[in-house]
Amino acid sequence: MSEYSLVAESVNKTFGRRLIFRDINFKLNSSTIFGISGPNGSGKSTLVKIIANIISPSSGKLVHSINGTEIKPEKLHNYIGLVSPYLVLYDEFTAYENLNYFSEIRGISFDKEKVDELLNKFLLFNRKDDLVKTYSSGMKQRLKFIFALMHSPQLIILDEPTSNLDDEGKEVVYQLVKEEGSRNVVIVASNEKTDLNLCTNKIDLNDYKV
Amino acid sequence: MIWKIFLFLLLCFVSIAGISFPIVENPQAWYEFPFIKGLEENAKIIFFHVPTAWLTVIAFLMTAVYSVQYLRKKNLDDDAKSYAAAQLGIIFCILATVTGAVWAKFAWGSFWSWDPRQTSIFVLLLIYGAWFALRSSIESEEKRATLSSVYAIIAFVTVPFFIFIMPRIMTGLHPGSADDTNAGPVINFKMNGNMQLIFFLSLIGFTILYFWMWRLGYKSIIYRDKLNRQLIIPTRSGQGG
Amino acid sequence: MKSLALFKKDLNSELRTRYAINALAMFIIVTLSIILFSIGNERISQSLTGGLFWVVIFFTSMSGLSRVFVSEEERGTSLTLQLIAAPSTVFSGKLLFNLILVFAMNTIIAILYSALFEAFVLRNFALFLVSFILGNIGLAFASTIIAAIISKAGAKGTLYPVLSFPILLPLILTSVQLTLFAMNGTSFETAKFELAIVVCYDVIILTVSYMLFDFIWKE
Repeated sequence: MSEYSLVAESVNKTFGRRLIFRDINFKLNSSTIFGISGPNGSGKSTLVKIIANIISPSSGKLVHSINGTEIKPEKLHNYIGLVSPYLVLYDEFTAYENLNYFSEIRGISFDKEKVDELLNKFLLFNRKDDLVKTYSSGMKQRLKFIFALMHSPQLIILDEPTSNLDDEGKEVVYQLVKEEGSRNVVIVASNEKTDLNLCTNKIDLNDYKV
Repeated sequence: MIWKIFLFLLLCFVSIAGISFPIVENPQAWYEFPFIKGLEENAKIIFFHVPTAWLTVIAFLMTAVYSVQYLRKKNLDDDAKSYAAAQLGIIFCILATVTGAVWAKFAWGSFWSWDPRQTSIFVLLLIYGAWFALRSSIESEEKRATLSSVYAIIAFVTVPFFIFIMPRIMTGLHPGSADDTNAGPVINFKMNGNMQLIFFLSLIGFTILYFWMWRLGYKSIIYRDKLNRQLIIPTRSGQGG
Repeated sequence: MKSLALFKKDLNSELRTRYAINALAMFIIVTLSIILFSIGNERISQSLTGGLFWVVIFFTSMSGLSRVFVSEEERGTSLTLQLIAAPSTVFSGKLLFNLILVFAMNTIIAILYSALFEAFVLRNFALFLVSFILGNIGLAFASTIIAAIISKAGAKGTLYPVLSFPILLPLILTSVQLTLFAMNGTSFETAKFELAIVVCYDVIILTVSYMLFDFIWKE
């Protein structure tokens, strides 16, 4: 059982000369569900992108480590799974092709069993050989969860996880958060009260503006 | 304040001396310039043309240096510095091109003949143009600073190639230019002492002028940014979700 | 071979969507016919033919080589790539794709060109081949990094040739010179200097690209 830890040390972000948030500090270990709340435009997605190493903070740093050793930034992507509204999968490929290419580009072997299990869980198994452009927005959202989970990441970041999902889909997501939250680090950024109910600790970005 | 008066007097002296001192066959007096075969009165452009070309290169160098600095520190002030340098760079680049072309009209008979140096200054003009076009197409300040820094560095490493290939390529494209004995406004002719003195005074004067303008330029950019930030109500929107 | 997997993905995607291939094929035809029409029945000189050859290559490159990054950026999939690959992997994959594309495109141009222009006779074919290969490599390197820059900037289409031209100019001028050498039957010994220039250009652009790509890719 590997022990993941994520430490944020006085993270600041400004766009140009405009402040988004300042001095965010937290320390997360495996089996945590961490909630990020705040109104629209408060910088939730920005913080999520900083945690996922997609954009860099203006100052401060994030330290990802596994079993006590720090993960190099160029290796980090294989420890992280991200679901977010701005994530887009390739329209011209089928779900299966998408997932296959993703694992090849990641440099890991394609775990067919795991993918099939996830496809079943998210009710997409029958549609796995259809082009993604034929999918509805809810189905695309469910496919993103498979994309985020197929490589068994230790840090799962869910940005507005239940958008576009029906009640059944939401239930699957909550189950998943509970399940993954017992082993790994799960971060949920959302406005929805119900999304954040499962969180063990939370921050509100409104408290980091001054 | 004193050095501004000094600079004013220096540039006045250089302008008056550069234009009005006579060129004679055998210079005797301190204010007489020597007669240079093939250049004659055209020689006087050296006091104004060479400094502009020199500052074009200095500005290009400074743009690249502050671009590296920006990528290392991510401080928008460095971007303001490279932007101010490039603004002056393109002005001096245009001045150098125009003064060079005017000189070429009288020395070589045509405004433009794709001489190696003319081509080099033209390439610098293209790079500056491309750099400003790139900047104007990007909204976000940080993205603009990063991408234009990257482009400035790439342009900076490719420019030295022209120094090596121009002399060989140009003879290939324009066989006539190689036979031209006056090829290039190279300073290999004999200047006497006072001519050299005025030339270097002009170079120094223009360089001080450049750094003064550059300081004013980048400071005003930084102040304008700060004012904008205070005037615009912090909407916080845009990038967040 | 993660970058090879990315290349495979791009190739497959290209075969399905035909973003770049169609544009490139049409551009080859358009530029060649414009040149042919404007020449009419005139017999053009040998040196002009060598120069026009690279004009065709430059404009064709500008029409299609930016797709590798622009298509990801337009669809919003560059974020997905950031999540599954390190920047160096992304750049290598895209570079490989553009290399193959440049070689395919320029080979077709060369074949069509020698068929259509009588004055385009290569007396030293080996020299042409070497300079053609080196020139293509440089073209692919420079156009890939500029494509990365413009994909992150706003005005994509028009900006590409504007930014690429000053960067590609040393390469194109030297390649024109080398093509003329090959047409005149000059020996490798004489062309040594130009070949060295192109090799230096390729190496420097590649090094700078890898050093700077991280800054472009990670916002």
